[in-house]
Amino acid sequence: MNNPTLNIMDPAMGNGAKTLRRVIVCAGTGCVANGAYKVIEAFKSQIAAAGINITTEFKAEEHQHDLRLNKSGCQGFCQMGPLVTILPDGILYNKVRVEDVAEIVSQTLVGGKVLDRLLYVDPATKKHCNGINDIPFYQRQQRFVLKECGTIDPEDVHEYIHHGGYMAAKKAFLKMSPEQIVQEILKSGLRGRGGGGFPTGRKWEAARIQKNAKKYVICNADEGDPGAFMNRSVMEGNPHSVLEGLMIAARAIGADETLIYVRTEYPFAVARMKRAVEDAQKMGFLGDNVFGSGQKLNCEVMEGAGAFVCGEETAMIASIEGQRGMPRPKPPFPAQSGLWGKPTIINNVETLAHVVRIINQGADTFRKLGSTASPGTKTFALTGHVANTGLIEVPFGTTLREVVLNIGGGITDRHGKVKADGFKAVQIGGPSGGCLTKDHLDLPLDYDSLRSVGAMVGSGGLVAMNQKTCMVNIARFFMDFTQRESCGKCVLCREGTRQMLSMLDDIIEGRATGETLVLLEKLAIAVQKGSLCGLGKTAPNPVLSTLRYFRHEYDAHVFHKYCPTGQCKALAKPSIDATKCKGCTACAKKCPVGAISGERKKPHVIDQAKCIKCGACADTCKFEAVVGV
Amino acid sequence: MRNQTKPECRGRKFVKVFTILDKYGRKPSRLVPILQAVQEEYRYLPEEVLTYVAMALDVSPARVFGVATFYSHFAIEPKGKHLIRLCDGTACHVKDSVPILDAIRKRLGLDEKHKTTPDMLFTVETVACLGACGLAPVVVVDDQVHGQMTPESGVKLIEDVMAKEQAQ
Repeated sequence: MNNPTLNIMDPAMGNGAKTLRRVIVCAGTGCVANGAYKVIEAFKSQIAAAGINITTEFKAEEHQHDLRLNKSGCQGFCQMGPLVTILPDGILYNKVRVEDVAEIVSQTLVGGKVLDRLLYVDPATKKHCNGINDIPFYQRQQRFVLKECGTIDPEDVHEYIHHGGYMAAKKAFLKMSPEQIVQEILKSGLRGRGGGGFPTGRKWEAARIQKNAKKYVICNADEGDPGAFMNRSVMEGNPHSVLEGLMIAARAIGADETLIYVRTEYPFAVARMKRAVEDAQKMGFLGDNVFGSGQKLNCEVMEGAGAFVCGEETAMIASIEGQRGMPRPKPPFPAQSGLWGKPTIINNVETLAHVVRIINQGADTFRKLGSTASPGTKTFALTGHVANTGLIEVPFGTTLREVVLNIGGGITDRHGKVKADGFKAVQIGGPSGGCLTKDHLDLPLDYDSLRSVGAMVGSGGLVAMNQKTCMVNIARFFMDFTQRESCGKCVLCREGTRQMLSMLDDIIEGRATGETLVLLEKLAIAVQKGSLCGLGKTAPNPVLSTLRYFRHEYDAHVFHKYCPTGQCKALAKPSIDATKCKGCTACAKKCPVGAISGERKKPHVIDQAKCIKCGACADTCKFEAVVGV
Repeated sequence: MRNQTKPECRGRKFVKVFTILDKYGRKPSRLVPILQAVQEEYRYLPEEVLTYVAMALDVSPARVFGVATFYSHFAIEPKGKHLIRLCDGTACHVKDSVPILDAIRKRLGLDEKHKTTPDMLFTVETVACLGACGLAPVVVVDDQVHGQMTPESGVKLIEDVMAKEQAQ
């Protein structure tokens, strides 16, 4: 090759070995939806056409090729996809289309030039960012679980091994006793990342001390929280890390059978986990003689069938046993009597991925980040009205302000523009969680501080909401969800959530009275107390937390029959703010029923009798003069 | 007993079910994956197949129907040729997924109760979350994910499918 840009030396390798140029295309769910696979195919043909010696496979000793093209799992910056990373240059191109590929190949790969038009532009500084080291979204994160997601090929076990993969499992099987493993996890203070935050080490110890020849470990990958996709991304991006964690857990409690229960709504995650298990079997990491230790270990991937309640441990066990996914009372805890009545531990995807790091680097290193009671990092799915939606990982104790306003890049309006005063609330923890307001912006995010304000970490879904979001409507949305997902076992959960939903319907449709609010709150507490599992116990949380922090919105709906944001159509009262209206006539022209009148350059008015509350006027107005719709 | 006496296979329809049952060792504990495989084959769970599965597994039909109706992934009514799934997870919801659903339903003359068009061409469903929250709001047409939708672009997706159907 005469091309100088293709012979970049990697300083880390030192000995003058040629570093393989790499083109990595993100193939997470988001990027695939935007055409990532077509981009990969285009790269394959265009790179070969440019005469560059290309490979798509990872081989540690490979030096005959000039460039390696591979797909990666979700890199977290989904809305900018498809993402293309070029290494070792460190360039990150976003929103790459098939049409852009030829130019990337000729200009960047051959010519060594950076294409500004495909770079991320920081909305705050308008600066073009070359790669992840310049983009605030990535810069402000500390990625451990997600570290390899985005560089390694999730379907290549050799690459995972090259990055130190399976070292922790090997150590656990050959050099550590089950007691030592459990002690290390206890020392690390690792708490379950699936929601409850129960200390992982204690769960393992409870199962380890059981005298039973048969034990099971289940990986809970039934990420049902709507608006969250942390586990999906880890499984899509680094499935072997989950499997390795699962193996360590099995060694710690003395299990020889493991199972990964994945949501069926995640087809890529299912496929990649299955592939990871197959590859691990071929490598002899799973099977009758794990790492030559003489121990047996099997793993199976099972798909869920779309029931939120199956994320609950005992419901998941019922589902695996071929029953309806209904929870049962605890104790006995699954660690004592779980799947088929045998000691069973169930850990979340992210928890298992952390285990690998703790065994590799030690509990002390793990504890260096995060707070004393909530050590380590946590992934969050940041979505809703923020400039940068995506997957992030930050140490526990990071403030909400840092996450939403700095990493998230601020709150956006309905047109996607960042608004300095747009922040209204953040919903954290999904249907079991609560809302946080402006007053909580400096609250450190960890298990205990969130619980103290009536919310919870949950699995890590963070949905940001702007001023145009009706909080009563959000409470209704979650109640509708839990009402549908209630398995029906406990009367208070089954009937109570249904009644709560109809009360919320009364509120948003203008039929409620002051009594409705009193009853709603009473019933919420009854449902919390009268339900067996986490679903029912936490189902009223969104209602209680919005009642606590946004009481005035409920009051407006109930007593004034008015929805301040105009989202509840029955109670929307669109009007034009005369001080803001410039009389441009745009809204009058757009109104489908001719309800808006007014002279040119003078404030317009809406005829309430004609208005159908469609909101077209508000969408059209450039001066934000239309309010209440 | 159940592993020895294979129930008589009435008609061609059950041949596939037979293979599926064998693949899972005719174990009642594998009911969920069995039903998933059956649904993959028939696109829904016909009543007579469910009864047949119950018989083959030596469990009561009520148990099989109980499981089939418990999980939202299972359909006991036939679905249309094209499956339109609209995500109504939190992220999609706050980004106005409901007007998209309304627009698509209106275009196809469907509502909350009527999910499949009379010509069996379209079924419109909502799902809780597809995990593609970064692209919210999301519409999935036959496993193809479309992000950042609007009511207009949602209807256009439907019309594109219709146009393709008519061309055939």
